[in-house]
Amino acid sequence: MDTVVDMAKAIKIQAKDVNVFYGEKQALNNVSIDIEDRSVTAFIGPSGCGKSTFLRCFNRMNDVIPSCRVEGSIMMGDVDVNSLQTDPVLLRARIGMVFQKPNPFPKTIFENVAYGPRIHGLAQSKTELDDMVEDSLKKAGLWGEVADRLADQATGLSGGQQQRLCIARAIAVGPDVLLMDEPCSALDPIATSVIEELISELQQRFTILIVTHSMQQAARVSQKTAYFHLGTLVEYGDTKDVFTLPKNEQTEAYISGKIG
Amino acid sequence: MNNPIEMIQPDAETQARFEKIAQGLKKRHAASRRLKTYGIMAIVTAISFLAILLTTIISNGYTAIQQTELQITLTIPAEKLQYDDGAIDPVKARNFNWNGLIKKAFLAEFPDVTAMLDQRALGEILSKNAGYDLRRLIEAKGSIPVGETKVWIKTSDDVDMLMKGRLDRNLDEAQRRLSNQQIGWIDSLVADDRIRLVFNDTFFTAADSREPESAGVLGATVGSVMALFVTVLLALPVAVMAAVYLEYFAPPGRVTDFIEVNINNLAAVPSIVFGLLGLAVFLGFFGMPRSAPLVGGMVLALMTLPTIIIATRASIRAVPTSIRDAALGLGASRMQAAIDHILPLAAPGILTGTIIGIAQALGETAPLIMIGMVAFIVDVPATLTDPATALPVQIYIWSDSAERAFYERSSLAIMVLLTFLITMNISAVLLRRKFEKKW
Amino acid sequence: MSDFLSPNLVVFAMTIAAAFLSFYLATGRVRKQAIASQTKSHSLNQYYGFYVSLWVLVPAILLALMWMFAADPMLTSAAKARMVDAYPNLPESFLNLKMAQLVNIASGYIKAPDAVMAAQAELLRAAQASADRARSLTLAAVMCNGFFYAFRRVSPELRARVLCEAFLRRLFFLSAVVAILTTIGIVASLLFEAVRFFREISLFDFFFGTHWSPMTALRPGDAAAADEFVAGSTGSFGMVPVMAGTLLVAVIAMAVAVPIGLFSAIYTSEFASWRVRNIVKPTLEVLAGVPTVVYGFFAALTAAPFFRDLGLFVGLDVSSQSALAAGGVMGIMIIPFISSLSDDVITAVPQSLRDGAYGLGSTRGETIIRVVLPAAFPGLVGAFLLAISRAIGETMIVVMAAGVAANMTINPLESVTTVTVQIVMLLTGDNEFDSVKTLSAFALGMTLFVITLLLNVAALTASRRLGQRYE
Repeated sequence: MDTVVDMAKAIKIQAKDVNVFYGEKQALNNVSIDIEDRSVTAFIGPSGCGKSTFLRCFNRMNDVIPSCRVEGSIMMGDVDVNSLQTDPVLLRARIGMVFQKPNPFPKTIFENVAYGPRIHGLAQSKTELDDMVEDSLKKAGLWGEVADRLADQATGLSGGQQQRLCIARAIAVGPDVLLMDEPCSALDPIATSVIEELISELQQRFTILIVTHSMQQAARVSQKTAYFHLGTLVEYGDTKDVFTLPKNEQTEAYISGKIG
Repeated sequence: MNNPIEMIQPDAETQARFEKIAQGLKKRHAASRRLKTYGIMAIVTAISFLAILLTTIISNGYTAIQQTELQITLTIPAEKLQYDDGAIDPVKARNFNWNGLIKKAFLAEFPDVTAMLDQRALGEILSKNAGYDLRRLIEAKGSIPVGETKVWIKTSDDVDMLMKGRLDRNLDEAQRRLSNQQIGWIDSLVADDRIRLVFNDTFFTAADSREPESAGVLGATVGSVMALFVTVLLALPVAVMAAVYLEYFAPPGRVTDFIEVNINNLAAVPSIVFGLLGLAVFLGFFGMPRSAPLVGGMVLALMTLPTIIIATRASIRAVPTSIRDAALGLGASRMQAAIDHILPLAAPGILTGTIIGIAQALGETAPLIMIGMVAFIVDVPATLTDPATALPVQIYIWSDSAERAFYERSSLAIMVLLTFLITMNISAVLLRRKFEKKW
Repeated sequence: MSDFLSPNLVVFAMTIAAAFLSFYLATGRVRKQAIASQTKSHSLNQYYGFYVSLWVLVPAILLALMWMFAADPMLTSAAKARMVDAYPNLPESFLNLKMAQLVNIASGYIKAPDAVMAAQAELLRAAQASADRARSLTLAAVMCNGFFYAFRRVSPELRARVLCEAFLRRLFFLSAVVAILTTIGIVASLLFEAVRFFREISLFDFFFGTHWSPMTALRPGDAAAADEFVAGSTGSFGMVPVMAGTLLVAVIAMAVAVPIGLFSAIYTSEFASWRVRNIVKPTLEVLAGVPTVVYGFFAALTAAPFFRDLGLFVGLDVSSQSALAAGGVMGIMIIPFISSLSDDVITAVPQSLRDGAYGLGSTRGETIIRVVLPAAFPGLVGAFLLAISRAIGETMIVVMAAGVAANMTINPLESVTTVTVQIVMLLTGDNEFDSVKTLSAFALGMTLFVITLLLNVAALTASRRLGQRYE
């Protein structure tokens, strides 16, 4: 497989020969990829190509699906993600995730953000917890909008706000990787652009993997792009190269809108 | 990508945070496992309640399947019972003192027992209905045996309990229902092989009786069957028509909403309230007969109506709209589509719902008590307006009786009732499986 | 009357035969006319048959029903008037007994004890016979009328199918209305009798009185009332202790059922594999299929003695009709109710919330306790409310295992009584139907109905709130 790796940046995660099966059906076929630290990597491809399945391999979210089986190795530093010794709970504390549809818990805004620090026992005192919530909300660019109504129900926020709340909730645990599964697909264009700006800012601190169905979005926010088709990684490289000079015919067909 | 690449590690602060989280993990996983254990414990508890319930009933009831009998040698005076041509005269047979005959024959076997009180105590070994049973036996046979005959006669319920080990010999004599003397007689009879346990066919062929050994569930079962017959006859058509109306014809609006709210609420109204309705309206206002399976069936019909309506609507909805659309497209009217095309396809579901509703109705007791189906009735009902009782009510009546033998029969009656219920539910499940369609 | 619906089988058979005959005649007529006039009839031939049959049957059935409810009471009241003449000095209650006897004599169930009764029975029988004749004639006339009206209208142009369907549609509507009628029937009958009760006993005394003993005459002067052959001597009707007993039993039941039911539901919905779930859920539901009389039997004859002996063993005085036995067994009965409703509610919590919690590094337990259960909370409350409503309305277990005497206590080891027990006690046995005692049962029934209704409505509202949240 051809992969172009920009050696200028350090590697955060390395996936090797990842295969995923749903029962008898194979959803991912020998995918290998190196993810750069503190950058945005976009996974694109037609629906059903396995990009979301692949994303969920990084924090073992596929464990939740009983029929799902993952093979191959994913290394993050010296952590073997797929190893039985690796506790998925700890793994998910290190790798935050934002989902397709905003899914705030039916609690107050404060409680949503405080959820992670609480379960992991990260805050020693109430003031420390308050600080963590404020800090996370600020990093997610939501503080200004909700500072005076932290005790309101989170479900009362707009869709875009809810999604940023979910980002704040993920950040509050203090991960160094963020997975985003089509985070803007349920949002309107204005909310989308706010999130996209946020992603660019977050890239300073986090390694971000984003699945998106929008090529424009991938082009706008990511440094690296991986193109998936029918469960295989077809092309992976710098975003500008993938979009301007795709090496693969399929990639070109997809980018130019011939398949979708 | 064969050459391993040096990967970046998180900074010290992040690393420290992860370690802190890792330290708490053991406790958190233990809490999670604890929750799972509670769940398993709850389920095990619930299932063991079920097991205890069933074991208690079976272990109390299985002995009622047998009845103790006693062999007596007696001579039936044919001349007092026959016409001249040798056929049995029913009037003479009815007026003859059978009990006296049996008792005399029995006492004759114990010539040492002479005192009045002792003779009475000896007589208590026999069933009070022994004479009646013997008459029925002779009448069924159609001829009178000549000379000395050996007959098996039911013993009283106390002897029955003793033989089944349900009467404690070690109990203080004053608290025991059989005296030492009586037990002595019984033991001697046992030693002579003149006491036996046989299949208790009376239980399945008789109605209620004051004497446990003569009591059976047939009357109550027939009462239940009659009531449920009325229930199905009334509830099923009304429920199906109501369901078709609500699914196909009801215009959205207040009236329809109100009907729906009513149906849902009726499903949760306590059953005894339906009994009060039956008492006040059917008995009080319309003056229908008390204790009648007809009225019982009507009350149960009102009660099961919501269940069947809800089940019918669900199975109508399960028929894909494409079938209705196809029928309408071919020029059928809405009514024709509903009756000719939808209902036949929904029929298995409707039937399943009906069976489940009827099974519920079969177990209902309180509303039937309200309309007087709780009376002591010794005859098997013949028509829908005869006084009758129902199987669950019979269980209630017997469990309220003092005799230990009724306790046993009550348990057996429960087993009969549960057998009916299990059969109904299994047939509902099988029916659903057989006709289950994937559209 | 005992010969209620003693269907004159001949009349019944004739009616059915008439319906079939008119079906046959009508289809024949429309076929002939269509051929004669060379036109195609509007509907299929069978619809013309149905149309005429309906016109024959429906009025006849309505008339027969009306006859049933009108004629029998009329016959009875006429017979009663004759009886009053025959036995002028008999008190009302004896006369009623005589009347019951008379009906049985007339139906041939028993022999007449004397000539007067025999003559009266003969008169009643004659009246019944002539009433039957009159009914048959009227029915025949109505059926003929219906037939000729409909038959003359039969022609290929008649929109028979439309007319039949309109009739069916109305019939279907009426069937749906039965649900409303039942509710009205319940409310009206309870209210009617309760109002009569409240004419005797004030609302305040009933709802706030703390003494309940309907069977004993407490007021002075009631001994005199008993002389007048009035069974309903007035006791005291303060329902507070009865309600307290009901609540005590319900609370005990919930204390058993909620933890077991809820944890079972948590296990089946969140931990169990599909295979385990498919075995455990139906097994638990078997508990719901066991008739309540069986639980009552178990409570009275197994659980209650068990608790009493246990009490003796540890030196506690436990009543043989303790609230603990009745409530505990009722709790077992309610377990499947709570477990299956809770399971539904928990399963309805969207997977996205669980994903969110897992994504943040929650353990399975934390996901359930901190996210799933709070999200399911309104629905769980709804399930619990329905279960309480069940417990309060449950009859057989308490009738068989709880006490009769109204005891105001919160000690579960003592015997208490409940609303449903009192209703059953007051309405079984030989009571005069209109006595204050029997009327008080309806007042209790009304209270019970209102309480369970409110609980059901509250439960519905709670679960609807859950539904809206995740639409």
